[in-house]
Amino acid sequence: MAMTVHVDIVSAEEEIFSGLASMVFAPGVMGELGIMPRHTPLLTRLKPGEVRLINTEGEEESFYVSGGVLEIQPHTITILSDTAHRAKDLDEAAALEAKHQAEQKLQDQSSEFDYAQAQTELAEAMAQLQAIQKMRKKLGR
Amino acid sequence: MAVGKEIRTKIKSVKSTQKITRAMEMVAASKMRKAQERMAAARPYAQKIRNVIGHLAHAHPEYKHPYLQDREVKAGVGFIIISSDRGLCGGLNSNLFKATVRAMREWNDKGVKIELCTIGAKANGFFKRLGGNVVAQISHVGDAPQISNLIGVVKVMLDAYDEGRIDRLFVVYNELVNTMTQRPNVEQLLPVHGVDDPQLKHHWDYIYEPDAKDVLNGLLMRYIESLVYQGVVENLSSEQAARMVAMKSASDNAGDLIGELQLVYNKARQAAITQELSEIVAGAAAV
Repeated sequence: MAMTVHVDIVSAEEEIFSGLASMVFAPGVMGELGIMPRHTPLLTRLKPGEVRLINTEGEEESFYVSGGVLEIQPHTITILSDTAHRAKDLDEAAALEAKHQAEQKLQDQSSEFDYAQAQTELAEAMAQLQAIQKMRKKLGR
Repeated sequence: MAVGKEIRTKIKSVKSTQKITRAMEMVAASKMRKAQERMAAARPYAQKIRNVIGHLAHAHPEYKHPYLQDREVKAGVGFIIISSDRGLCGGLNSNLFKATVRAMREWNDKGVKIELCTIGAKANGFFKRLGGNVVAQISHVGDAPQISNLIGVVKVMLDAYDEGRIDRLFVVYNELVNTMTQRPNVEQLLPVHGVDDPQLKHHWDYIYEPDAKDVLNGLLMRYIESLVYQGVVENLSSEQAARMVAMKSASDNAGDLIGELQLVYNKARQAAITQELSEIVAGAAAV
């Protein structure tokens, strides 16, 4: 039997593959990597693309990753796949959006807090109304 | 019959409330199962990335990343607070906020500034009222949160760390101990610590492509994001569990209330019948 290496492909939201392989191909940022068992430790980022591996039966399996990180240890290969497409400017935009929301919520006093206040006011008004109705009933009798 | 009209209406209203709480209980139960599955699905990634970081701590890279270096707290600390979006889940959120405020006070006494990042509408509302310095917030991530929702808020805090505005970063969320118990948990994110793999003691280092700084940056950013994501999904399961328990006790209480009211109603009705009968008998005797 050919030499094998343990391969784990995971994304933040699920496990994609876990098992043995005799060879792995992955799209590194510096170019395509072909990894055999007992490769020297290596850490690289991945480009969006196809990860292929040859499993113990000699069949080829392929998975799509939208970027991520690849770690190689002599006996294990770990692929941390991203679930989102990311680029520096996209991350920047998301961060700005989060900040913007925080500022807006601070200025906008009419949101969540007012809602709670309105609810208590409504409850008070309802209680008053009920009291008035009760009194009216008593007087009407 | 005019007897106990008020009691009957009251019973009806309690019954309809009970119907609602019971429905909410069942919805929470089914959502909790899904949330727990999601938690389990996220676990392999967190474990693998922790392994990699553990290896990294033992490697001897030519470049030391600031996230891996312990530094003194001078400027401030940051908190990422994960709460639910909705209420009606018992003391879940208020316990969490109490724990957070306690942790914040400790740092405040030392005279450092605090920057907050809130995930979830409840945390946002609470810390705004409290007058905290909320620098980033996101709410309504839904029942199926995705890491892409969280990238922005996490990046704001990481930038604050990079710029030296904060020297520590914590995440606060409810840990699901079991269905009955949820515990507020304050965990340190930055600087990264507590990852260890004793198997790799000898002197070695990775080959980095394209270079150490770039790769480590990407890796550590993903690590922090995955920890925050874990917090979010765990908090979500806690929320559903807490809501299920709260709604169950609400339904039970409604049941007790209905029982008591029913008793009062029956007594009143019986008394009215007895009175009517005795009136008839007395009337017949008088004739």
